[in-house]
Order: sequence, then structure tokens, then C-alpha cells
Amino acid sequence: MSSKSSHISIALIGNPNSGKSTLFNSLTGLHQKTGNYSGVTVDKHYGSFHYHHADFQITDLPGTYSLYPKSIDEEVACKALINDQERIDVVVIVVDSSNLKRHLLLATQVIDLKMPCVMALNMIDEAEKNNITIYKDELEKLLGIPVVATNSRKKLGIQELKDAILNAKISDSIFYNFEKQKQILPHTNSYKQIIESQFLENTSKESVIKSFELEDNIRRFSKINYIVAKCIKQPEQLSKSITQKLDVFFTHKFFGFAFFFFVLFIIFQFIFYVAEYPMTWIEEGFSHLMNLTAHVLPEGKLNDLLVNGVLAGISGIVVFVPQIALLFFFIAILEDTGYMARASFILDKVMRRFGLNGKSVIPMISSVACAVPSIMSTRTITNWKDRIITILVTPLISCSARLPVYTLLISIMFAGKQTFLGLNYQGLVLMAMYVLGFVAALIAALILKRILKTSEQSYFIMELPIYRKPQWQTVAMLVYDKVKVFLFDAGKIILAISVVLWFLTSHAPSSEFTQIEKEYHDAIANTNNDSLKTIYASQMQSQKLEASYAGVLGKKMEPVIKPLGFDWKIGIALITSFAAREVFVGTMATIYSSGDSDNTETLREKLITEKKFGTQEPSYSNAVCWSLLVFYVFAMQCMSTLATTYRETKHWKWPAIQLVFMTGLAYVSSFVIYSVFS
Amino acid sequence: MITLDTLKLGQTATIQEFTDNFLSLKFIEMGCLPGEKIKLCHIAPLGDPIAIEVSGYLLSLRKQEAATIIVKINPENTVESCVI
Repeated sequence: MSSKSSHISIALIGNPNSGKSTLFNSLTGLHQKTGNYSGVTVDKHYGSFHYHHADFQITDLPGTYSLYPKSIDEEVACKALINDQERIDVVVIVVDSSNLKRHLLLATQVIDLKMPCVMALNMIDEAEKNNITIYKDELEKLLGIPVVATNSRKKLGIQELKDAILNAKISDSIFYNFEKQKQILPHTNSYKQIIESQFLENTSKESVIKSFELEDNIRRFSKINYIVAKCIKQPEQLSKSITQKLDVFFTHKFFGFAFFFFVLFIIFQFIFYVAEYPMTWIEEGFSHLMNLTAHVLPEGKLNDLLVNGVLAGISGIVVFVPQIALLFFFIAILEDTGYMARASFILDKVMRRFGLNGKSVIPMISSVACAVPSIMSTRTITNWKDRIITILVTPLISCSARLPVYTLLISIMFAGKQTFLGLNYQGLVLMAMYVLGFVAALIAALILKRILKTSEQSYFIMELPIYRKPQWQTVAMLVYDKVKVFLFDAGKIILAISVVLWFLTSHAPSSEFTQIEKEYHDAIANTNNDSLKTIYASQMQSQKLEASYAGVLGKKMEPVIKPLGFDWKIGIALITSFAAREVFVGTMATIYSSGDSDNTETLREKLITEKKFGTQEPSYSNAVCWSLLVFYVFAMQCMSTLATTYRETKHWKWPAIQLVFMTGLAYVSSFVIYSVFS
Repeated sequence: MITLDTLKLGQTATIQEFTDNFLSLKFIEMGCLPGEKIKLCHIAPLGDPIAIEVSGYLLSLRKQEAATIIVKINPENTVESCVI
């Protein structure tokens, strides 16, 4: 290739588990970015490096087994490679040296595209460990392209690879059957055109291409067998590998599951309990910042918008970071070591029945802490339908934001009563709510399995990669990427909704606010009693909320939610819960002017003694509480989840479906519960 | 006619042919070609899926998928331990 051009564009292609991403990291260091291929949720990794006075732009294509794609990821990789507009100068074919035969299939296909190529014999250390000798010169001769041995984990052979990229060439070797191609697709003149014709809208040629694929690949393997015989010397009898020993343990009837639940337990502990510390720091930090800003800036609408709208919104976004970072830290380790494939392997049979995937288990369990990181973690599920089902049902599982709501309602219901058959009532009901959410998620998955249609065929033909030590750079990159994507992509939507919610609760249709304020300011000014002042202040907040747009909406909603036993006060709390479900408690505290929302004791007392207007009936009867509890188990009341679902599906259709089906389910269930109990 | 899903743990066999068109394409690109030697290495704790050793690596597949691969059990019919 010409050395005149100072910009060289490179594409990395290879099978999954070829160490391609590690090689990409070794080539680019920290000069890399993650984007998205348009229209699909496949991550696009690209980066750059400088070498010999040239700028190299490098794209890490999604892993693929061949140029005849069988999944969305594979299709993206193929299209990116053959797309002329991408203007690829050099293709680096990454292969696993210890498993060369299978990896050579894709390699020969790429060579037939007649693009300048280089081959990286990656994971050369693994081949050496297994006493496999590869005659590199012979391989270069037979393939017709430069071949470089690399160990991307130890960063060995990287410079040689960069030199080879400068010397990349189009191979003279041809591996496909040109005559056969002319027979079945007469108008095509190159292998590239065959690959391109797979992506044409016209599917009449589909079966023709499939039959060509079958013959083409069989032919390739017969040539590959010859290459392997010529270029590779491997021992007759391999010694037992560590992978074999570990797999006996990890797929064991008892220890296999025991270890898996141990892994889940660890992840759960971290995202549920450990994450709470940094989350508290973030919340406290923001609350200081909000106080500071409120005092520094002149009072007024802008101040209020900035503090209670924007800063509160940003706080609500940043607070997710610890959970996202921790979950992805563990997921990256599980993926990188090779254990994730085993977890899928042992769980596939159970999960398949529900239309889910072995890999759905980790997102589902993680959503006990929060649905946001869980939905993001479904990226590891390669099958589209399994992934969509997991995303849709995951928010039904009770997350930690529901806990304060459950606790408040249960404590109202069981005030005074303590035990049932020696068991704590409150604990039993709380557990029932979690079970209810989990069962609902499984049933919803079963139903969606029947409804959703897909052209992608579901299969479990998957490589179980050898076990390896985790690469800390890969782990750190993934965590960083995920946090960034959440903050900037989902964050935008969350911030916008926060500002809308702020507007609804802090603005009134008419000038009612000024009137309420005037009334209370006078009252507060006329008393010297401090505790009376606090009472007036909280009563003022309560009246303002009632007069606000949110209050008006709550009242407008009353006819709709009345069959569930809810009044307009609950209506307001349902609206504000959209920011995060636990806001329900805070809003109720404001409505009942019970002061500090951290102290739910006063709120509880107020709710217990609250009577329905003009009667002696308690407002929060058991029927209302049960109905509200069930409503909170099922309803989609979390803007962050919706924003994340949008980010992860790239379509508004899916969050809309989530909102309608979950809230619909909540409405019907609460209606039935309320009718039965009252 | 013996299919892959009926193999015992550690049993070796040779792939003969495929009965499903779509899956055969997938199997071939994963290196499972007619004539290739395979060995059943692991069975998931609940009996499905299974993992086989083929052309030097481990491949997992569901039993219903394995049922589309017709195999010939190697004449010695020995049970070997897996190395990968």
C-alpha cells in the first residue's frame, strides 16, 4: 500500500473470543471511543494511534464467525467491512493461534474480498502452552498475506503488527469456487458481490445463496485442512487443561449451581449494600451543592429551576453511577474470564422455558437493586428476542426504590399486629411483594415469548471459551463506557423529565401560590412560637402542592384511580413517583405536612388516623394499602428505566410497550384487589 | 441411525450428516463438518444443553440441536476423558 497517505483506516475483524478487543486496546491504548452503529444497538469501538508519521484510524468490528451473518452483530460486522463508504485501507484479521482451524474460515473469506489484509496470530502464548508450532512463513505463503504472531495480553508483537499493516497486501490466493458462483449468480463477478447480495432487499436469491454458503464453507475447510497440515505441528495427545478441570466443577450438579448462586450473592451484596455508601455521598454532595446554589444566586424562578429542577435532576442521574459501575465491573470479569458462558450453559434449560436466556439471570437478579443497570447489562444476550423479553420484564422485579414505599404501607396495615404463627407479618408481606414481582416477570416473559416474532432463529450453538485471567484494562474500559453512555444518553431524557416534574409541582395554573404564600407569611410573621412557625411552613408547602399543576392533575386523575381506592392525594404522589418510586414517601409527607420526609414515623401516624372526608372510615384501610402495594409492584413508574430501555433498544416502541403493559397490569390487579378487600 | 444427543459422556463419534438446513450452516462455520471427530465432554446439570469437543475447542449446544447431527460412534467405542 502507498505510504504517501498519512491517514490509514484499519478494520479489525475476527471470531468472538479471538482476543480481538484486547488487541484493539493494545493498539490504541486510551485513544478510543465507543459509539453506536446507526439503527442497531451494537457498540461501535473506534480509536487511533500514530506510527511512522501516519495517523491510523482503527475500528474494532463486532465478532463474527463468518461473512454469512447469523445474528445482528455479525450482520453489522459484515456490512461495515464490505461497505465502500467506510473506506477501509487495511483489514487486520485476528485469529486464535491455539484454535487456528476454525478461525481460518473467516480469514479465507475476508482474503477473498480482495482487500489489503494482514493476519494477527493472536494468543500465541496459548498455542505455545499447548506445544502447538505454527510455521509462520509457510502460512504467509499459502494465505498470500503478511502474518504476525501477537500476544495482545502481554502486548507482544504489537510493533511488528503495525509494521505489517504498512506492508499489507491483497492476496493472490483464491479460496472460493468462481465457476460455481457464475453458475448460480451469473451477474456477479467477485466474492464480494456474493456477500453483498445477502443484504439486498430482494430475498428471492436467499436459498441460492444459502446453498452456495454450504458448498463454499465445505470447500474452504478442505483447503484449510491442507493449510493446517502444512503449517501446524501439534502433539498427538494433549494434556488435560485447567479449563477441563474447572468445567467439571462449574458444570457439576451441585457445585455448579452452588458457585453460580455464590456469584449472584456477591454481585447482589455489592449493588445492594456496598453501592449505598457512594450513593449517599452523591446525594449528600448534591444536596449541599443545591443549598449553596440556592443561597448564592438571587432568589427567583431561575434559582428554583436551577436548584430544584436541573440540579435535582442531575443528582437523580449521577446517583445511579455506583450501581452501574459495580454491576459492570462484575459482568466484565465474568465475561473476560469465560465464566459467563458456563453460567448460560447451566441455566439455559430453566430460562428457555420462559423465553429467556441463561444470560438473563444476572440482569433479572440485579434488578432487585435497580432496573437501570440491569437493562444495560442485557447487551451480553446476543439473541434479539431473548434480550428484548429480558428488558421488558426486568422492571417488574421489585427494585430498592420500591422498598421505602412497601415499608410505609405495610407498617400502616399492620400497626399493632406483630406476628402470625410466630412470623413477623411485615416481613411476610414484604417477601410476598418480592415474590409477586418475580412471578409476574416470569409469566410476562412466557406471554411475550408467544407474542414476539423474530426472523432471527434461536439457537444455543455457542463456544465455551477457555478460562483466562481477567484483563483489568478491558474491565475498566467497559465500566467507563457504560457509565458514560448512561450519563449522557439516558441522562438527557431523565433530566428533561425531571424539569417537567419540577414545573408541575412548583407552578400553579393561576396566582394561587402568591395568595397562599401571603397568607402564611403573615401567619408566620405574627407568631413567636418556633414550632408553630414550622407547622405553618409545612402547611404552606402542602397547600402549594395541592394548588400546583401536579395537584390539579392529581384531582383530574381521581375519577380514574378511584376504582382502585386512591384519592387525589395518592394521585399526586403517583405523578411525582415518576422521578423515582421512593419519592412517593416524600410527596405524601409534603401533602400531609408531616415535616421532614426522612422521618416517616409522623407520616405513618397521620396516615393511620386520616379519615375519609365526612366519614369515620379510615382513608388508608387495608383494602387501599393492599391495592397501592400491588400497584407499586407492577406499575412502570420510573422515568430512568424508560430512558434506559429507549437507549438500549433505540426505539420508543419498547419503553411505550413497557409503560402500557406494566401500568395496565397494575391497574387491573389493584382494581381486583381493592374490590375483593373492600 | 445415531444422533449426537444420544451420546454418553466421554464417548467419541464422527459427524456423518445434518438433518436441519439452517443449523447445518451454523454447525459448519463452527467447524462441525462431516468427517470431523467429536467427543461429548459435559452435560449441563439439568441434562441439557451439552458440550462437545470439536476441532480443538469446546462447543455447547442444546439437545434438540444435537439431534439434527447424525453421527457414527467410533468402532473402539471407548470412553475417553476430555482434555479441553
